[in-house]
Amino acid sequence: MNDFFTVTGLTRTFGGVVAIDALDFAQKKGSIFSIIGPNGAGKTTLFNCISGIYRPDSGEICFQGRRIDGLKPDAIARHGIARTFQNLELFFRMTTMENLMLGRHIHMRTNIWHGLTMFHKNSTAAREEAEHREKVEHIIDLLDLQSARDVPVGALPYGRQKLVELGRALALEPSLLLLDEPSAGMTSDERQDLFFWIKDIQQELGVSILMIEHNMQMVMDISDRVLAIDFGKKLVEGTPEEVAAHPEVIKAYLGED
Amino acid sequence: MFSQLIINGISSGSLYALVALAMVIIYKASEVPNFAQGEMATLSVFVAWHFVNAQFLPFYQAVAAALLFAFAVGVLFEFTVLRRAEKPSILELIVMTLGLQMFIYGIIGWKWGAEQKTFSLPIAEDSVVQLGPVVIGWLNIITIVTSLLCVLLLYLFFTHTKLGTAMRAVQMNSTAARINGIRVHRIMSLTWGLSAVIGTIAGILFAPVSPLDPQLMWDPLLKGFAAGVLGGMTSPFGAVLGGYILGIIENLFGAYISLEFKSVVAFALIVLVLWFKPSGLFSRHYERKV
Repeated sequence: MNDFFTVTGLTRTFGGVVAIDALDFAQKKGSIFSIIGPNGAGKTTLFNCISGIYRPDSGEICFQGRRIDGLKPDAIARHGIARTFQNLELFFRMTTMENLMLGRHIHMRTNIWHGLTMFHKNSTAAREEAEHREKVEHIIDLLDLQSARDVPVGALPYGRQKLVELGRALALEPSLLLLDEPSAGMTSDERQDLFFWIKDIQQELGVSILMIEHNMQMVMDISDRVLAIDFGKKLVEGTPEEVAAHPEVIKAYLGED
Repeated sequence: MFSQLIINGISSGSLYALVALAMVIIYKASEVPNFAQGEMATLSVFVAWHFVNAQFLPFYQAVAAALLFAFAVGVLFEFTVLRRAEKPSILELIVMTLGLQMFIYGIIGWKWGAEQKTFSLPIAEDSVVQLGPVVIGWLNIITIVTSLLCVLLLYLFFTHTKLGTAMRAVQMNSTAARINGIRVHRIMSLTWGLSAVIGTIAGILFAPVSPLDPQLMWDPLLKGFAAGVLGGMTSPFGAVLGGYILGIIENLFGAYISLEFKSVVAFALIVLVLWFKPSGLFSRHYERKV
């Protein structure tokens, strides 16, 4: 049985509104799992439950054999789950480099004393810093962000900001990466690049990806499995082909007739 | 005469800079001006005074103990009061700091009474250094150097340490900080502790030139707040500079224009700044995401 990432009977309400209604699904390690559904279907609420921003009302979320529902976002990050947001959450006044370095926060070991006494190249802090920088440079190369490295993120165009956020999530070296509409607001060229990078992240870095995406072409091309939800409930789950053939999905995406 | 005034201005400006810095650190993290900051510092200075006066500890150890005490008060307030509030509005947070202010004010009066005490540094009161035409009191030198040292150390702390960087990250975007695995609550507690320590350093430097009573920090706090607004409440650098500028202007005004209105200058400056550049002289325009 799959025990990498499972959601069982997850429910979250806001006042009287049921945003997620007894949702079940499971993701295999190393796969790309996409979630589709109309606006307001509960997709982002689901992500907020998984990453600890919301506490679920009931149900279980298990990650690599451990329950993570109800934990705080920082604890979930330390379990190896990173995410991006639909409306970018970045440190806009810091540079790309600084944003990515903050992504490595959970891997940093040195204390205040080491930091304040970082006077020469062989000090503990300097060595650790160099190590983290190397990892971050690798991500900058991977996502082709060299020209943005020392620019405050707030000054970058939207498409690049989205990549910085993706890079920041990768800097955490997650086992599971949650992407909330990664291609929204991107040009078609940028979307094309993103497509290949997500594939790279899955295949070369071995990261499992859970993705909310509206672009059906991308979902169909990239996903191992797709889950369609509406009103917080599962509509259908299966391979991209199976989901695309489902009458409810056709109705939602192509119109009634 | 002129350079003498400048030196005196820088000296009082050093205190304003520290008070403003303590305030800005909290303000950036939680958008709340901490009105209890003055009383928190006063309480800690009283603790130092108590240790020295009871001959329980020698001066420097007493100061170190007071700084530790201040740190604990800051952390404790965040941990026991602020954190318990469920999704507090800014106004509610401000009321909490006002509550703490009155609470501590009461404690000081109850424990030590309202009569004035003296708390002096272990140096001769009137010892001075002659630098060409300028005479500088040792107290001024200590104040200026200590404050510069604090600012420098804080700068290094915020830019070169993991904890300092995490604090900046929380100040900038707490959601993003959280999602990166930063323990935001812990950082907030430590931020309150750090702010209390900086405020107390200002208090200890101010106490020798002022009677030590429960109102010790009222004047420096208001001036420090003014300095913060002057430099921009979201910019630590601006707050420090605002402190020095305010100190110098205030002293020049007192000497050349009117001594009686010296204290009012700070507030006239606030009005002018709010008029022409509401976000403060050195801060980028305050932006808020929707």
